[in-house]
Amino acid sequence: MSENGKPKFAMYWAASCGGCEIAVLNIGEKILDVDANFEVAFWPVAMDAKYKDVEAMPDKSILLTLFNGGIRNAENEELAHLLRRKSQILVAFGSCACEGCIPGLANLSKPQVIFDTVYRSVSTENPEKLEPQYEYQMPEGTIHIPQFYPVLKTLDQVVHVDYYMPGCPPESHQIAAVIDLVIKVLHGEATLPPPGTTIGAGGSTVCDECSRTRNVKAIKQFVRIQDVAHIDPDLCLLEQGIPCNGPATRDGCGALCPSAGAQCIGCYGPAEGVLDYGARLIAAYASVIDSNDPEEIDRILDGIPDPVGQFYRFNLAGSMLRAGTPAWRGNGSS
Amino acid sequence: MMQRVTIDPITRLEGHGKIEIFLNEDGDVANTYFQIPELRGFERFCVGRPVEELPLLTNRICGVCPEAHHMAGAKAADAVYKVNIPSTAKKLRELLYSGFYFTDHTTHFYALAGPDFVIGPTAPVAERNILGIIHKVGLEIGGKVIQARKYGHTIVEMIGGRKVHPCTSIPGGLTKGITEEQRQEIEMMGRWGIEFAQFSLQLFNDIVLGNKEYVDLILGDIYTHQTYSIGLLDENNKVNFYDGLVSVVAPDGERIGKYAPNEYTEWIAERVEPWTYLKFPYLKKVGWKGFVDGKDSGVYFSTPLSRLNASDGMATPLAQEQYEKFYETLGGKPVHQRLTIHWARLIELLYSAERIVELATDPEITSDNFHTVPTEVPSEGIGIVEAPRGLLTHHYKTDERGVVTEVNLIVGTTNNYAPISMSIKKAAQNLIKKGTVVNEGLLNMVEMAFRAYDPCFGCATHSLPGQMPLQVTIRDANGEPIDVLKQYC
Repeated sequence: MSENGKPKFAMYWAASCGGCEIAVLNIGEKILDVDANFEVAFWPVAMDAKYKDVEAMPDKSILLTLFNGGIRNAENEELAHLLRRKSQILVAFGSCACEGCIPGLANLSKPQVIFDTVYRSVSTENPEKLEPQYEYQMPEGTIHIPQFYPVLKTLDQVVHVDYYMPGCPPESHQIAAVIDLVIKVLHGEATLPPPGTTIGAGGSTVCDECSRTRNVKAIKQFVRIQDVAHIDPDLCLLEQGIPCNGPATRDGCGALCPSAGAQCIGCYGPAEGVLDYGARLIAAYASVIDSNDPEEIDRILDGIPDPVGQFYRFNLAGSMLRAGTPAWRGNGSS
Repeated sequence: MMQRVTIDPITRLEGHGKIEIFLNEDGDVANTYFQIPELRGFERFCVGRPVEELPLLTNRICGVCPEAHHMAGAKAADAVYKVNIPSTAKKLRELLYSGFYFTDHTTHFYALAGPDFVIGPTAPVAERNILGIIHKVGLEIGGKVIQARKYGHTIVEMIGGRKVHPCTSIPGGLTKGITEEQRQEIEMMGRWGIEFAQFSLQLFNDIVLGNKEYVDLILGDIYTHQTYSIGLLDENNKVNFYDGLVSVVAPDGERIGKYAPNEYTEWIAERVEPWTYLKFPYLKKVGWKGFVDGKDSGVYFSTPLSRLNASDGMATPLAQEQYEKFYETLGGKPVHQRLTIHWARLIELLYSAERIVELATDPEITSDNFHTVPTEVPSEGIGIVEAPRGLLTHHYKTDERGVVTEVNLIVGTTNNYAPISMSIKKAAQNLIKKGTVVNEGLLNMVEMAFRAYDPCFGCATHSLPGQMPLQVTIRDANGEPIDVLKQYC
């Protein structure tokens, strides 16, 4: 509790794009509810963030911290440990913190390969083959930048996480609903969900909130969306052969992308009860392929040009492929 | 041993931008280093992905300007397939993008930059915010700002399918069009936007240009750099955000050329320094001469001001009037005083609103001819748009299936890494003399130098535009801290 009796709230970004912050700011007047019920102790985007003050706070003195972004470098991990120590409830907020998101695809490449790509690109003039050094001696003194980790980690691969809030970014109406719930808990009108729960999302799949018409799915080929002359505005995209990720993806967004004629790309992560997102999507696709001939099935599957990207686009870092344990199981390595 | 001053823009966070200032034995500034401490590696992990996904994946570079990456990515993917998209598709994308500019420029002026001028550069930090503006000019304006941001976002969502990370642009056009009802709503919002932008320019005129203290600050040497200007131009050499040729104008105003997207590697090169993760782009034809001004130095800037400098005018009538007033007031082209970027941004705000109305009243805009199926074998393509914070270049190569084999990105704020570094050094040199650190004003003067560029290190790292949290640690000759100054941290 702070001096004015209000519990403390914090929000922080690690390796992220800033879209989670924009989504929170887009909740509009609900921000005032946050202000009325919490003392905002630390939120770099919205206020004078006091990092040193966070260090000086007693442990567990922040009631609720929303942590977005993955753990890409040593500095990100330091902040994860600090905020875990200071927070009673730590929420992995958004796809990056929950499951690694798009930047987690970097885990397919070794750091040196990433450096070689970036620092020797077609427009880079770098005859001396320079690349960033964590410690560098300039004529005037030594300067530092943080260590780039071998892989991007999810938040719960470095600290224990209490709740998961998926989405890239989480939709604003879901954020508002979670804030309402926490305020009710504060006033004794509701109880917190069990630890480890996914909050601010549905318990089913994107297909279940998609308004497109679904029939018996039976497809003879996968097609690339740009090759479709006329995307049927009413029919299930997967039935049109477009590789939509809806069947494996958690609902909660309102099926925004399919409603706009674009396939679900899976940003809300695995549906409730799914241990491995890619395995579930592979099973879903397998079940709609209309063939029993192995050669024809191979040909149909060749219509997916990038399997690892298709099946693990948002959750490679948090998948069983890399970690052995799915990230959203709340392991926490320390 | 040299004295060292560390300006650590902590938060946003503890890093994501850090300044080291070294003093010489006389106590004057010997050198400054502006470090970007983060890399995510999109250029590597976009390899292997189907090219139609790149407008979606590269959105995640920056949640502040995903629209810019979505557009540059879609244009590069069009070019990979050598497909000419239908004119309705081009207009819809530009309409989405104009809505985005309207929101983005509004946010920057009112929430981030405006307070310095409307409230005053030396006013207490606690008052220098959007609430301070509302307090000074009236409650009504707060409602207008919120309305302006909402309208821009609504246009983005109508055409792009989502408020953050739009999803509808694909190779050959879009996945959907707009209805007549949506068109009418967009036209209404655009007309409201023109009035709002004119009101904003009047506010700037009354409060800033009417105050000699501010005018002196804007025109003073501390915020002036003589570098090249670049900007994307339409076929009439007018500013365009979505398409055209990139104009390059020398510090003396001479246009040294214009380049098409597929010529960018002849014009722009990037330099690697071992002490930072971000590269320094410069004009290849001029060459890298270090962090210096002048016609012989390849340093350029890419902001609303550089776009005005690089152009012959604005494509819409009301913005053109303001363009003419801008250069009449400031003594002709090009203008080098960096704080005038804020004024130039408001002229672009007016242009974006006028452009929304132009496009929303175009008879083709509701056509259902919004996509062309690509038929050529995919190979290589480059897409360029103007992001609000600088020119954005996406360059993709693919195999014959359209699977990406190579990606190169030169991102908005990155263009300005060298000039921002120079602005920091100049502010430090002016404010630290013979060992005397001018505490009062140092942080805000440095921050104002930053803020004019509207730096978005979300594209390089994270920081939302505008407020750079700064911590200055002043160390004695033994490296012991003797004073700490803080702002936004």
